[in-house]
Amino acid sequence: MANDKPLVRFEDIQKSYDGVTLVIKSLNMNVARGEFLTMLGPSGSGKTTCLMMLAGFEPATHGEIYLDDRPINHIPPHKRGIGMVFQNYALFPHMTISENLAFPLEVRRMQKPEREQRVKKALEMVQLEGFGDRRPGQLSGGQKQRVAVARALVFDPELVLMDEPLGALDKNLREQMQYEIKHIHENLGVTVVYVTHDQSEALTMSNRVAIFDAGVIQQLDPPDILYERPENAFVANFIGENNRLFGTVLEASGDSCKVEIDGGHGTIQANPINIDGVGKRTTLSLRPERVTVNPEPGSLPNMFDAQVKELIYLGDHIRTRVSVCGHDDFIVKIPNSSTHALLKTGETARIGWNVEDCRALDQSD
Amino acid sequence: MAQIDSASNIEQPLTTADGVPLKVSLQRTLRRQKIVALSLVAPLFLFILFSFLFPIGDMLLRSIDNTIVPSELPQTTKLLQNWNEQSGELPNEAVYAALAADIKKGAKSKTINRTGKRLNYEYSGFSSLFRKSARRVQRLKADKVESYRKELIKIDKKWGNIKFWQVLKRESGIRTASYYLAAFDAETNEKGEAVFKPENERIYVNLFGRTLLLSFFITLMTVLLGYPIAFLLASLPTRISNLLMILVLLPFWTSLLVRTSSWIALLQKEGIINDFLVALNIIDSSNRLSLIHNSTGTVIAMTHILLPFMVLPLFSVMKTIPPDFMRAARSLGATPFTAFRRIYMPNTIPGIGAGGILVFILAIGYYITPALVGGTDGTFISNFIAYHISTSLNWGLAAALGALLLLLVLALYLLYDKIVGIDNMKLG
Ligand SMILES: Nc1ncnc2c1ncn2[C@@H]1O[C@H](COP(=O)(O)OP(=O)(O)OP(=O)(O)O)[C@@H](O)[C@H]1O
Ligand SMILES: [Mg+2]
Repeated sequence: MANDKPLVRFEDIQKSYDGVTLVIKSLNMNVARGEFLTMLGPSGSGKTTCLMMLAGFEPATHGEIYLDDRPINHIPPHKRGIGMVFQNYALFPHMTISENLAFPLEVRRMQKPEREQRVKKALEMVQLEGFGDRRPGQLSGGQKQRVAVARALVFDPELVLMDEPLGALDKNLREQMQYEIKHIHENLGVTVVYVTHDQSEALTMSNRVAIFDAGVIQQLDPPDILYERPENAFVANFIGENNRLFGTVLEASGDSCKVEIDGGHGTIQANPINIDGVGKRTTLSLRPERVTVNPEPGSLPNMFDAQVKELIYLGDHIRTRVSVCGHDDFIVKIPNSSTHALLKTGETARIGWNVEDCRALDQSD
Repeated sequence: MAQIDSASNIEQPLTTADGVPLKVSLQRTLRRQKIVALSLVAPLFLFILFSFLFPIGDMLLRSIDNTIVPSELPQTTKLLQNWNEQSGELPNEAVYAALAADIKKGAKSKTINRTGKRLNYEYSGFSSLFRKSARRVQRLKADKVESYRKELIKIDKKWGNIKFWQVLKRESGIRTASYYLAAFDAETNEKGEAVFKPENERIYVNLFGRTLLLSFFITLMTVLLGYPIAFLLASLPTRISNLLMILVLLPFWTSLLVRTSSWIALLQKEGIINDFLVALNIIDSSNRLSLIHNSTGTVIAMTHILLPFMVLPLFSVMKTIPPDFMRAARSLGATPFTAFRRIYMPNTIPGIGAGGILVFILAIGYYITPALVGGTDGTFISNFIAYHISTSLNWGLAAALGALLLLLVLALYLLYDKIVGIDNMKLG
């Protein structure tokens, strides 16, 4: 890309509302031009706060935010030229849809003919031609959300912020809107910083996802990396389904380590990603789909006897809960196909997995 | 089977499982709820009926009531029907005889003075005329009187004045419009037409005008002063705004009389404000401002007293405006002022409307404050209603003025409904 400087740069941002606790603890993050970056994290982790600082509604307690290499801490929101979509739409109820869309153009003193043309184009973009004369109260939730998106884009901002824009919609509509927003992002090439609670939304829409917890970015990577190579126990647990085993590192060497499972349930060969050293505690993370049922004897380094506790039929796969290494909630996904043997409740089976699929991460509780 | 039937025969009324029509069954279940609801409402309804609706109805009737004249002077009023008041001639002897008989009867039961008083509202002179006549008519010996007309005119020559007879004839029905005419500063001329009184005798139309004008000023002042306060309260965290709200409500918990009297202490010629201005040499001691016992005093004191009625609806409306509205407007490029003017303000109009109509309606009926601080040019229509009820005892006129006030409020309410819509009103 010709211009590979980041569009947004957070530099050592800290934020405290009350002077006692830090809601954001030292945030460093770049957003590339044209990127779709999602902030994902549990409630209260500071996602909205980040967005508010970027939009200019909350001052940073420490650090500087750069937009296009320009420090913006002292630029008021209306001069930042950043579009914003709010969770509850924030459409102005006393104006029609057209007036809502024309508002950002009017305050920019755009001439009426151009304004009208832009409003028309924006309505077309979100497939709401003919709704211009209605008031927000006369639209459905999904339609309101589309208007909110159109309004945030109608003045051609380079950057659009969206704070849980689909949070109030039901599941079907949400999926449809995800697709539409993604589509608009690709067509316009606009940079989007998106906040959500919903991990599948984050994974399907984003170029990169920043996982927030307790005011710290735990990991910032493309969705596939986040899923395949989580760097710590929080991310492994937060993204996708995950079997966790706790133990102590017995020995570590290059790309493998030996971990003794708590309670004397044997040792596991694991992939040392984020361990503190021999003798320290660790969390082992293993995706359910990486577990092989009835492997050839000697084909895998980790093999254990597992007792089948529960089978849940999910169509394309069978979710199987087994008891292994003293762990009762160990999940194995068995694809529903002729090549895979199906287990029965109560029987004992052999399961196994590879060293690199079992990631030894930091200690967690 | 039954399901298939009801599905295929849509035209047939739906029934419940045991064959009772659905509507009947529904009404049966709703009846109990209705009875409960009614019995909950009943005590208040009865209270309002007897303490509010009946008295108002009675007042409305009183404003057109004239039964006293036909019932005290039954024969006279009956015979007067045949007399042509435009003829320029006095009534005939029979009418005079009937009058003498009516007065004699009234004098015995001591009710004749009330009739005189009633007619005195129409034309002054009637009161003394009836008092005098009652005293003297009793002394007339029926067998010695050859002409009642002569005797009565001898008692008081007003009985020879056709004007008095015209008024008596006009007011001989059981209903009268004269109170309303008086309330409009109008009277009936010799030809029986309603005309406005001469300019210098008009009171009430000007008074209504002044009441409306001052009320409008007061409402305007409460908007100007209340809006920023409500805005502040609505944007502060709840804990602090609740605390400050107590300050707004404080006037509610203080006696109206105390508040008004403290304004007198503040505003009078030798009061704190004038002393202060003199001490600062802004005005000199010989021309201290007259801030009280005039319309200025009324506006100042009533603005203060009615302010909470503006702040509360405004606050409750502002509380419901999501902070995201202003944020959205700012992010779309509006300066704080534009965002306020184009987005915030229009969304507070229901609050302004509700507070405005509340303050205005309270103001035009206000009594105590204008009475205490209004002087002569700051009194309201209600002060005159009170005057007619307690001092001049002209209840008919008081009732007519009150009815007009009621009508005015209703008209304003309808006007408001037409312009803003009552549904848009939020009182909290
Ligand atoms: N205006 C405020 N004043 C004081 N504390 C605040 C304020 N806004 C947020 N906080 C606190 O800051 C922390 C982070 O809040 P933030 O709204 O950024 O979380 P979030 O990640 O957006 O959560 P959610 O997913 O629930 O929206 C929370 O602990 C919250 O209580
Ligand atoms: Mg949030």
